[in-house]
Amino acid sequence: MKRILLGATAALAMGATAASAGTLADVKARGTLICIVNSGFVGFASTDKDGKWQGYDVDYCKATAAAVLGDPSKVKYKPATGKTRFTILNSGEGDVLWRNTTWTFVRDVDVKLAFQGVNYYDGQGFMVNKKLGVKSAKDLDGASVCIQTGTTTELNLADYFRVNKIKYEPVPTENNEESRRNILAGRCDVYTTDASGLAATRATFKDPENWVILPEIISKEPLGPVTRHGDDNWSDIIRWTKNALVAAEELGITSKNVEAMASKPGNNPEINRLLGTEGNLGAMLGLDKRWAVNAIKAVGNFGEIFERNIGTKTPVGLERGLNALWTDGGLQYTPPFR
Amino acid sequence: MSDASTTRKYPPGTHPDMPPPLLESGAIYWVRKNLLSSWTNVGLTLAGLWALWLIIPPFYEWAYADAVFNAADRSECQSLGDGACWAFIQERFKIFIFGFYPEAERWRTILTFALLFVAIGPLLFDNFPYRGKAMLFSLAYPFVAAWLLLGGFGLTPVGTDEFGGMLLNLIVGITGITFSLPIGIVLALGRASNLPAVRIICVTFIEFIRGVPLITLLFLASTMLSYFLPPGTSFDLLMRVLIMVTLFASGYLAEVVRGGLQAIPRGQYEAADSMGLKYWQSMRLIVLPQALKISIPGIVNTFIGLFKDTTLVIIIGLFDMLGMGRSSLADAKWAGLSSEVYISIALFFFLFCFAMSRYSLYLESKLETGHRI
Amino acid sequence: MASIDTPAPPAHSNRPPAHSGSGERNLLARLWYDKKTRGVLLQILTVALLFAFLAYITSNAIANLELLGKTFSFDFLNEPAHYDINQTLIEYSSKSTHFRAGLVGMLNTLVVAVCGIILATFLGFLLGVLRLSPNWLVSNMVYCYVEFVRNTPVLLQILLVHGLVVHALPKPREAQEWGNIADTIFFTNRGVFSPMPLPQDGFNWVIAAFVIAIVGSIVFARWAKKRQDATGQHLPVFFISLAAIIGLPLIAFLLAGSPLGWDFPALKGFNFRGGFVIRPEFLALWLALSLYTAAFIAEIVRAGILAIDKGQWEASLAVGMSRGRTLNLVIIPQAMRVIVPPLTSQYLNLTKNSSLAIAIGYMDIVATVGGITLMQTGKEMETMIIVIGFYLTVSLSISAVMNWYNKRIKLVER
Repeated sequence: MKRILLGATAALAMGATAASAGTLADVKARGTLICIVNSGFVGFASTDKDGKWQGYDVDYCKATAAAVLGDPSKVKYKPATGKTRFTILNSGEGDVLWRNTTWTFVRDVDVKLAFQGVNYYDGQGFMVNKKLGVKSAKDLDGASVCIQTGTTTELNLADYFRVNKIKYEPVPTENNEESRRNILAGRCDVYTTDASGLAATRATFKDPENWVILPEIISKEPLGPVTRHGDDNWSDIIRWTKNALVAAEELGITSKNVEAMASKPGNNPEINRLLGTEGNLGAMLGLDKRWAVNAIKAVGNFGEIFERNIGTKTPVGLERGLNALWTDGGLQYTPPFR
Repeated sequence: MSDASTTRKYPPGTHPDMPPPLLESGAIYWVRKNLLSSWTNVGLTLAGLWALWLIIPPFYEWAYADAVFNAADRSECQSLGDGACWAFIQERFKIFIFGFYPEAERWRTILTFALLFVAIGPLLFDNFPYRGKAMLFSLAYPFVAAWLLLGGFGLTPVGTDEFGGMLLNLIVGITGITFSLPIGIVLALGRASNLPAVRIICVTFIEFIRGVPLITLLFLASTMLSYFLPPGTSFDLLMRVLIMVTLFASGYLAEVVRGGLQAIPRGQYEAADSMGLKYWQSMRLIVLPQALKISIPGIVNTFIGLFKDTTLVIIIGLFDMLGMGRSSLADAKWAGLSSEVYISIALFFFLFCFAMSRYSLYLESKLETGHRI
Repeated sequence: MASIDTPAPPAHSNRPPAHSGSGERNLLARLWYDKKTRGVLLQILTVALLFAFLAYITSNAIANLELLGKTFSFDFLNEPAHYDINQTLIEYSSKSTHFRAGLVGMLNTLVVAVCGIILATFLGFLLGVLRLSPNWLVSNMVYCYVEFVRNTPVLLQILLVHGLVVHALPKPREAQEWGNIADTIFFTNRGVFSPMPLPQDGFNWVIAAFVIAIVGSIVFARWAKKRQDATGQHLPVFFISLAAIIGLPLIAFLLAGSPLGWDFPALKGFNFRGGFVIRPEFLALWLALSLYTAAFIAEIVRAGILAIDKGQWEASLAVGMSRGRTLNLVIIPQAMRVIVPPLTSQYLNLTKNSSLAIAIGYMDIVATVGGITLMQTGKEMETMIIVIGFYLTVSLSISAVMNWYNKRIKLVER
């Protein structure tokens, strides 16, 4: 019996990985990127009927894989709950975390994570049924509030209501779906999470027109990609892949015209540098010259990703708002590619 | 005597050759005897009927009469009927079963499952044709299954993170069941050992496993195990879960087997010793066959428990059937159909576990030798 | 193991045949083949291996923590927790420390486990007896229930019961129309609200009377048993004790001038306020765990009753006892010896299954210390040690209590 045990152990351990110094080297050796995503969040990461992952965060995973490995399909998705995400990243089971995660001081410094910018500017809001006649979060005294446990929203809520001397009953759940069930059943009066999450949840209601998102945004929730402390090269890759997609929108590069623009150097030197027809930014990252081309070709620029997954034409129906380019009065901005 | 019976006079209506009176046989008699034998019984029957009346008609209406079996999305479902929306289950059925396993390779999982029956057949039924040779296949089965599922050696490799749905429940459950039995037996023997150090280690291990919830152990396996490995190494998440689940089940099995060992009369041990058998010989030939036989109901119950507990892998982000169901609920097109999903999954588990418990009853009656120990 | 193959004289079966090797080798061989020495050697080896293994993983853990720049310390327990918990048995606010949050979580686990054990035992015995009832319909309904519950995952059942509680009970506003008992107890999907007694001056007398009544009943029960042993006369101990336990405090209560106010729940704004509340998450978890465990206990009870010899029934019925009395006084006391050991493991299972609370948002120890605190501080190692230590303590305590009880009811044999 022992021999069988050992044999099976060996057979099953074939998928075992031996990590080395750099995440980039690991990913290249493995041939796939392991991307930590939300285990189920409409618009950001969810599975379709064939079990294929789709969504805003998932597109960034694809872009990263395209930039690093040249193929957007070389991604393994590792779904994580709010509770398990950091441990999965820190224990080396994922390469990068694209999972609507708020950048905070403690997470950055004390939990030993490395945030690589912001791919979605969010803020925590409240959603209530119109019937209740609530106009402001200040009217919520005595209400039952649905929240997702293990998130920053839970902490913001406690702070906000304590400062405003509002009494409330927290109704925690593990994921968005449970909260959705709770508020529809009337277990709570109000649902609080990031405004994007509220819109996405409302989109799945039978009667979205009867639900209103209150004007108060009680927190800043800059959501962005996370890597492990101490792997600067890999962090650079994640940061600049995200920047490349923003730059692509600034410069008018889309998934449709990127091949044409990358075929020969054009007039704009920044486009040339980004697309690798001039200089060699890719090599500095340890990547192929066409890294940005691959990423943009795979998922499009920042605006395209946004509109395809969560924009006004989708069921989620979010405005660009803070996530418009800085030139349009938003906050999305990239350091120069120089 | 025969004379007396032929000549004896019976009061009218009591002759033994007459058909029994209406109230002493047939359906009415049965109802009277089984449902209405006393006032308490009448009360219980009425209460039972009332409970059935509360449960069955609404459930039937929801699950069948008003249910929608074909629709493209939730809103279409809602427009077609007020009941359950089974169309969703129908659409997602495949990923509930196979998870993320690549579509083109799914025949391999079915083949693995079919071969499983071939492999466990000879172990379960002793009138299996060519039982001896078939046993060899049973021994080789774990390797064959691993090869079929993971690929390599001519098959397209499939990563363990693509396993999901029912497939994952079955893999975790069956692996746990297979490997926990030998470990559990060793632990039970260790606990009954007369070497204090071995005994203490086994007792500590068993009590630790039995004292901590499985989700905590799974969480340990999924996130903390890498802290205890040399820096820079890690191994497959599914593998870690399998090891944890196996250890967990072996802790429980050890207790079941211990119960069996304790039920063996002292004389059996002494007889084995007096025959000059060594420790392992006496265990293998005399004690364990008897002890395991007594423990069969407990062993099968542990297996059923283990199989049900495979749903807990959802806590650490593996997508078993329940996990698949819950993540499907996040689909904007279908959101809000949790009852349908949960009931389908419950039904699936019920079929598997009920079959296992029936088999345990069959085995108990088959092995019943008539004398109680 | 070579000695198995070499035929050795039976008298020396435990000794090796005398080899002609050097004396030292002979000594080693003899040490190995001596049962006692071999036992000691094996044990030393096992312990050494175990310690080596422990040292190895500890050193790995230290190295890994250093690599991540993390420290191992429990200081975080003194920092404010910053999160709110909806069911707190002790005073707690978001300004309290992580330690206190952990304490709240532990108490929540304990309260659901204790309530669950009580209800599951009651339901389990009821179902087990009904399963053996001569009534065909009831016995088969219990059979279907037991089989269905035993063969589906408990996590699913918790989710389903929670869904039922939240969907089937009325919303607070509707509860004023239906779902209340005399406008004092309200059943809503936000919880069950009932009036909360507020003791005032002089209530201590009532408590004192209650304590006296309990002590008195115990003394009385002992005396009655002695009397029955001596004279054979039977006193209705249960009813007399019950009357004393209810009556004495009642008299004290009236004499002291009804020193008790009530805090009635009332609908204010979104929710009922005031009164005593049982949250739906607790209710769902409590019911789901009890119903689940009750199915297992029912089977245990059934097996226990069936294990009692038929002659006991017949003898008891023959001396004129009713079926119910036979069950209570003759069968169950004997069946308990068979029932208690598996019952203990059901209690343990219930306690451990309560860790699934997080799935429906009940804040137990896994959800507080093992969940939010872990998330906030990133102290996986420390928080998991607390959680595991807590469960081990609880499990071992339950085992100890049940073992003590099992010893007490054990058949005294010569």
